[in-house]
Amino acid sequence: MGMEGVQLNLISKERLDKMPSMEKLRMILDSVKEGKIVVLESGLTPEEEAKLIELTMLEIDHENFVGIEVESYPHREKSLFSRIFGKKGGRLTVIGPANRLKTLSKQEDLITALVQLGE
Amino acid sequence: MGIILSLKKRFGFIFRWIFKKDKMRIGIYGPPNAGKTTLANRILRDWTGDVIGSASEIPHETRRARLREGVKIEVDGKSLTLDIVDTPGLATKIDFHDFLKFGLTEEEAKRRAKEATEGVIEAIKWLDDLDGILLVMDSTEDPYTQVNVTIVGNIEARNLPLLIVANKIDLPNASPARIKAAFPQHPVVPISALKGLNIDSLYKAMAERFG
Repeated sequence: MGMEGVQLNLISKERLDKMPSMEKLRMILDSVKEGKIVVLESGLTPEEEAKLIELTMLEIDHENFVGIEVESYPHREKSLFSRIFGKKGGRLTVIGPANRLKTLSKQEDLITALVQLGE
Repeated sequence: MGIILSLKKRFGFIFRWIFKKDKMRIGIYGPPNAGKTTLANRILRDWTGDVIGSASEIPHETRRARLREGVKIEVDGKSLTLDIVDTPGLATKIDFHDFLKFGLTEEEAKRRAKEATEGVIEAIKWLDDLDGILLVMDSTEDPYTQVNVTIVGNIEARNLPLLIVANKIDLPNASPARIKAAFPQHPVVPISALKGLNIDSLYKAMAERFG
């Protein structure tokens, strides 16, 4: 105890695969609203990303919570096989509170971000 | 219901190909201040003579989606009728403090922020009722933003035809090439909606992509 810092939750693909979408999004948003940074090994689908933005907008209170910062890579182009069978998956994703996590630069294969400590 | 929706999303591109509509509903998407309303106004002024709404340097000027039906575009003898939807800018965060520096009072800034959050939700909901997307990006900004990645991902998941508009090429530090490199799988048309630069190429690309 007594050690100050920002909590990072690194969530494995195995755990994410077992969770229904809404449970996943709720867990992300609850953690972020508590000031934690969430790292998802397998990311979110585009539909889940859009839903997460919708939920975030509903919960912005203009006082303590002003939104989220999300870092992830573009989805890889889907093959015909995955188009037909609907197999989809995101890529490594980091989500945090907008007032704590800041993107420094984002390239095709490298994202750098800054986590600010406390208020 | 969920299964039908998911099938519609997945195989929508086949249905659209077989039952080609004579009228396409096109959404103009992008982050705040990319120039969506300026582009919508440019298209309407060129083809109908009026405008859709006011643009502003303050982000989140458009906080309700605006629909203009029956915009007829003619390119190389080919005619195309579009319904144009100008959507509010998409964002993952909206802080009312950002509006204060534009001279808004705290009350105005908070109201704008609240309306902006509702506008983002409305823009996302519109995705399910469109036949094609014009995604507007600011060529002077980094294109690898989460908003761009999320919009492109959702358009790809719905198999909707997409045209990326690299806007603001009239500015000295514009780099449409950076946008092309970020999203190589989609056509990119560099323009200035404000100055009307290269706008004919956009209409041509729209006729090819949405026609």
